[in-house]
Amino acid sequence: MPTLAHYLILGAILFATGIAGILFNRKNLIAVLMSIELILLAVNTNFIAFSHYLQSMAGQIFVFFILTLAAAESAIGLAILVALFRNRENIRVDDMDTLKG
Amino acid sequence: MEFKAFVFYFLAVTLIYAAARVVTLRNPIHAALHLVLAFFGASGIWMLLGAEFPAIALVLIYVGSVMVLFLFVVMMLDIGADRWREEFRKNVPSVLCVASLMLIEMGCALWLSFSGNTEAALPPTGAGYSNVKMIGRLLFTQYAYPFELASVILLAGIVAAVALTLRSRRATKSADPSEQISVKASERIRLVGEIPEQRNENTAWKGN
Repeated sequence: MPTLAHYLILGAILFATGIAGILFNRKNLIAVLMSIELILLAVNTNFIAFSHYLQSMAGQIFVFFILTLAAAESAIGLAILVALFRNRENIRVDDMDTLKG
Repeated sequence: MEFKAFVFYFLAVTLIYAAARVVTLRNPIHAALHLVLAFFGASGIWMLLGAEFPAIALVLIYVGSVMVLFLFVVMMLDIGADRWREEFRKNVPSVLCVASLMLIEMGCALWLSFSGNTEAALPPTGAGYSNVKMIGRLLFTQYAYPFELASVILLAGIVAAVALTLRSRRATKSADPSEQISVKASERIRLVGEIPEQRNENTAWKGN
């Protein structure tokens, strides 16, 4: 019988996978965006688990807003990616050093 | 009870497998498809937790629109799959070290704190209980203002995405409305030569 800790540890595994994905694929923007989606999924799973076990609907409402924000964020991120690819013909993070940051 | 545990472990294993494939696969399209599988697994987990509305919304929003957008962009950009994971092998040990350390820390903390919260301790839900109804009621009463703000954020997302990807094309013959309304009378007409004298045909006709 899964307890709250089971769900939270599942979320932690997902979160660690997402962080590892960002570190693995630092050179590639699409893979970084996908890893961010994984991290948001982990956060949402934690919210839902707490919402169920603490008997409060606030967690699910929060998940709803996180989903909205994440959808807007990924849409803008992909639009930036498309604009970047049009101007530079690649999306390697290494080549984006125009600002010398 | 046993069946619920079985479903949980099945979905959890699917989810972790899919997430691991997302970050390690060479082909970006396969990675996006495994991310779809991960979203389905997470949706099942949420359903198991009694959150039907967020689970359905996850499938509809993410699998239906966001992942399709990802696939479109991946196909549009024509990124060579070979160039993707050049540096991958170089930093495998350090990344695995960081991720597993983080996982162990979080796992210990969470297991020690929350393993006492069991399903059996929860009050049973009534027969007429509806998750969708509860969320709808909260969203349109207590959280009405954040709900409106979320729609503003989505609008900002639409405008930003259109503005970032819009390309003005030189070849089209469309007129620019802002130039049209700011035109002055002196710019409207340009005389290129002498005006020829006009015959007044109207009076000529009357004369006949």
